[in-house]
Amino acid sequence: MVAGIQSLRGYRQMGVTTRLVLGMSILLLLVVVVGLISLSLGPVDIPISHVAWIALSAIGIDVPEFGRTEQLVIDQIRLPRIVVGAAVGMALGVAGATMQGLFRNPMADPGIIGVSAGGALGAVVAIAAGLAGLFFLALPVFAFVGALGAALLVYGIAVVGGHFSMATLLLAGVAVNAFLGAIVSAIIIVLPDNEALREILFWLAGGLDSRSWEHVRIAGPLILGSAAVLLLLARDLNLLMLGDDEARSMGVRVGLTRVTMLLAASLATGAAVAVSGTIAFVGLVVPHTLRLILGPDNRVLIPMSALGGAAFVILADTVARTVIQPAEFRVGILTAFVGAPFFILLLIKNKRQVYSL
Amino acid sequence: MNERNGRLPAVDARSLSFSVEAATLLDRVDVSAERGQFVGLIGPNGAGKSTLLRAISNVLNYQEGSVSVLGADLKSLAAREVAELLALVPQIAPYTQGFTAFELVLMGRYPHLGRFQVEGQDDDRIARDAMRLTETDDFTTRTIETLSGGERQRVFLARAVAQQPQVLLLDEPTSNLDVLHQLKILTLVRQLVDDGLTAIAAIHDLNLAARYCDRLVLLSEGRVAADGSPNDVLTPEMIESAFGVKSAIYREPVTGALAISLIGPAGDTAAEAEIPDQPVPVLSSPSGSVRSSEATSAAR
Repeated sequence: MVAGIQSLRGYRQMGVTTRLVLGMSILLLLVVVVGLISLSLGPVDIPISHVAWIALSAIGIDVPEFGRTEQLVIDQIRLPRIVVGAAVGMALGVAGATMQGLFRNPMADPGIIGVSAGGALGAVVAIAAGLAGLFFLALPVFAFVGALGAALLVYGIAVVGGHFSMATLLLAGVAVNAFLGAIVSAIIIVLPDNEALREILFWLAGGLDSRSWEHVRIAGPLILGSAAVLLLLARDLNLLMLGDDEARSMGVRVGLTRVTMLLAASLATGAAVAVSGTIAFVGLVVPHTLRLILGPDNRVLIPMSALGGAAFVILADTVARTVIQPAEFRVGILTAFVGAPFFILLLIKNKRQVYSL
Repeated sequence: MNERNGRLPAVDARSLSFSVEAATLLDRVDVSAERGQFVGLIGPNGAGKSTLLRAISNVLNYQEGSVSVLGADLKSLAAREVAELLALVPQIAPYTQGFTAFELVLMGRYPHLGRFQVEGQDDDRIARDAMRLTETDDFTTRTIETLSGGERQRVFLARAVAQQPQVLLLDEPTSNLDVLHQLKILTLVRQLVDDGLTAIAAIHDLNLAARYCDRLVLLSEGRVAADGSPNDVLTPEMIESAFGVKSAIYREPVTGALAISLIGPAGDTAAEAEIPDQPVPVLSSPSGSVRSSEATSAAR
């Protein structure tokens, strides 16, 4: 894979449309294949052929008989889980690519301006207060509000006084992340209820267990909408990456574009965190890896990161829920466990290609 | 371009003022450039050359004054429309982010594309032509960070050319370059200007400014200290008052260009004592030889 990156040089010389069609076809195929495999695996073993029949029958094509149980497992358990995973991966991939571009820094991730920490605090409050058990919507809504609140707080700190800079934004993000993390730790320590504690730890590790179509309806539109906005602004992000003056002299409305992108990336991440907890490393490793292969053009990188993130999360979740059956690993643990070593390998092999800060 | 536009100055900046906190960086600066003119901004460090270029290019939000390009007030135009009129070549690109030279030059086409449009074959051709012109076509696929300073500067110039602007703004295009590349860059800008473009460049090197520019604007402490032909602006008195340096002005015997010999900091008597009696045909020097009117009129 790493060696293959070197031989993909010719790809950079194709037009944007060709690069996009070619790359998206490959990644879309990957998402479909990973999705089909994931649908067939689990406590109830469903052969791939049956998965295909169920899929075809859903669009009105006559197929041989398959079990009703199989259909139910797929319709109500595995498919919504996979769709939520895909949406979460998409959100984290797109937001990661955007943040890396806006901060001109390959180390930026979707949580850089406090979104994940804010989401975690919201979720922890919902669980600790016992609300999560009472209303289905309490957990995702609290997490989402926390995520967006933290992002707005960080942005507010950076703009107060009139002198906005990305460095202030970054530092405000570090400070707010630490502060919110401290509150979460404090709540965990003083919480008397062991069951709630276990629930919090599970949530913090990020997971996609028992996700339903309801979760898809909560997060899906927000994620798709934000991703569309970011894709539309991808060309401006290319110029912003070269510096504010550069972008401005090339016709970009720098302030407006930047705040729109920050907001869209935060919305997408907040929606993802609300339905999956904090899934580590996807937003860092997926855009970064793709940038090494595809180059820095965000018009290609952002949509490819969406599909790459989706494939990565579905794959990680499939491994997480099958590797120690009947128990389940958390997908957030898997993404970091697999993602981090791969990332390190990539860094070592491509030291010269990793663009300078 | 209609008749009326033909008579309008390419760039007309009026009374530009900009201050940050207590520091006044630009103080009612007037600068203009006729169509097809190469205007050089000279002056000591901190005189406001880069700030003025940023103000003219509408990148800087100056407090007072106005800039119009071919009669159009830039403040009334959308950022993208400004980018179709003006291209800015930065002094040093702060970030390069792994883009290849060709990818960067192709960005020059962005202001010409619609929101949902990507570069087409025409844009491709314009970018490649710009690279050929700037002799950067040998490294189209190399990433910017692998290029030398001179190569980078030419790539950014190629991007500005691909932008197809009416006016080219260059911030210290020759700083950090070796002598060959200094000459190459300025010759190229000169050639573009001779082909109808208008250029305004901040230039540190007075000899290069004198040789390539039609007109010089000397900035000192945020104000215009002198504005005119190189002959008029580059006098020992002006150079001493703006830079605090004693100089002698003469005609360079080989290229025939106006040349400035920088003798030493004003008040440094040891340096002044070292001036030879009659170095070369001196037009004007601090020792008192008077610039002859024949020599002045022959200057350009």
